[in-house]
Amino acid sequence: MLRGPRAAPAPASQAADSARALFTARQAGAVETAVRQSRGLEEFFAYIRGQAGLTILDLGGATQQNVSFITNLGHRLYSEDFLQILNESFGPDSAVDQSNAGRIEYFLRQALDYPEGHFDGVLIWDVLEYLAPALLAAVVERLHKIVRPKSYMLAFFHSDNKLEAVPYYTFRIQDVNKLEVAQRGSRHPAQLFNNRSLEKLFGPFESVKFFLTRERLREVIIKV
Amino acid sequence: MWNKRREEELPKPYVPPSPGHAPAPAAPNPVEVKKEATPVSSTPMGRIEPEPRGGSATIGKAVKIVGQIYSKEDLFVDGDLEGTVEALEHKLTIGPNGTVHASVRAREVVALGTIQGNVEATDKIEIRKDAKLVGDIKTARIIIEDGAYFKGSIDIVKPEPSKVSAKPQPAAAAPAVTAHQPAAAEVKR
Repeated sequence: MLRGPRAAPAPASQAADSARALFTARQAGAVETAVRQSRGLEEFFAYIRGQAGLTILDLGGATQQNVSFITNLGHRLYSEDFLQILNESFGPDSAVDQSNAGRIEYFLRQALDYPEGHFDGVLIWDVLEYLAPALLAAVVERLHKIVRPKSYMLAFFHSDNKLEAVPYYTFRIQDVNKLEVAQRGSRHPAQLFNNRSLEKLFGPFESVKFFLTRERLREVIIKV
Repeated sequence: MWNKRREEELPKPYVPPSPGHAPAPAAPNPVEVKKEATPVSSTPMGRIEPEPRGGSATIGKAVKIVGQIYSKEDLFVDGDLEGTVEALEHKLTIGPNGTVHASVRAREVVALGTIQGNVEATDKIEIRKDAKLVGDIKTARIIIEDGAYFKGSIDIVKPEPSKVSAKPQPAAAAPAVTAHQPAAAEVKR
């Protein structure tokens, strides 16, 4: 969870139940997973449906489900464990200053060293939340270069208005509109995001579309 | 008297026939049996080299090899390897202590250690928990355990239809996107 139980009683629906299951306190030794619908994921796959042989980048690290799902659609998948590279470059909880230009360049070489227009889609998941402004701007600029125009990216941002530690997840694709979400740990977001700030962040891109989930996650589809 | 027995009534002890020997004829053949000379290897005693029977070759963890390796049997690498490794039609296993900085081609590749290089497997690639593979992969099947680290691209190349049955394509069954989009706010530039 973001922060403890909800103030208002939630509807007794399956999606709400899974949301509550996801956001209850973590049991010792157990990785909590939940399955939820994802409108953003559905939009992402809708845009690439009917095409084969695309090159997709997954920044959430390699998982069997995502590899199988993407490759079974006939696409090539590139996998990066973006948060692990972030930890290695800047230390856990960003101990090293993320505005250090040399360190930013090093990070980009480790995580996003690809030719221009190389990708036809990017699954960013929630990784951008943990980047300080200077690093975030550099990463978004790099993404703009390495993704082919008219392609799509999917990113998640928490929609809360406090910089408290939020869970970060492994996202496993179960279906074109369904995700299995497993909490990996907690991190403090580097900054707060709202629709306006996200529009500004992705200003160089063609369009941005938002979906708000029951778990107060903002799913964002960005058209390059 | 009670101990006396006629010889012909004494049970003869059972002697099982020797393996490989046909039942002895009633009358021994008086023809001399000529023994064929047994071929003898010129290899000195104590250094008899076994014939290759498709077993597994091993590179131990204290071994480092720099160069090209071509294997015609399964290969287990638990040491340090740089260069290229080819075990076409065979299985290559990188052990937990193994570190391979090489291009790899095999029928099947199982990674428990570290591989840095492109990997091509006609059948499948397994990346086990705690293994690390950095490079581009080309294979018919891939298995990635939770806890494994992979960085690179994955190209699935299915074998010819006559060899493996085709897998169903999820894309063909994907549901159509409905026109109703209640929570979308699109900003176009």
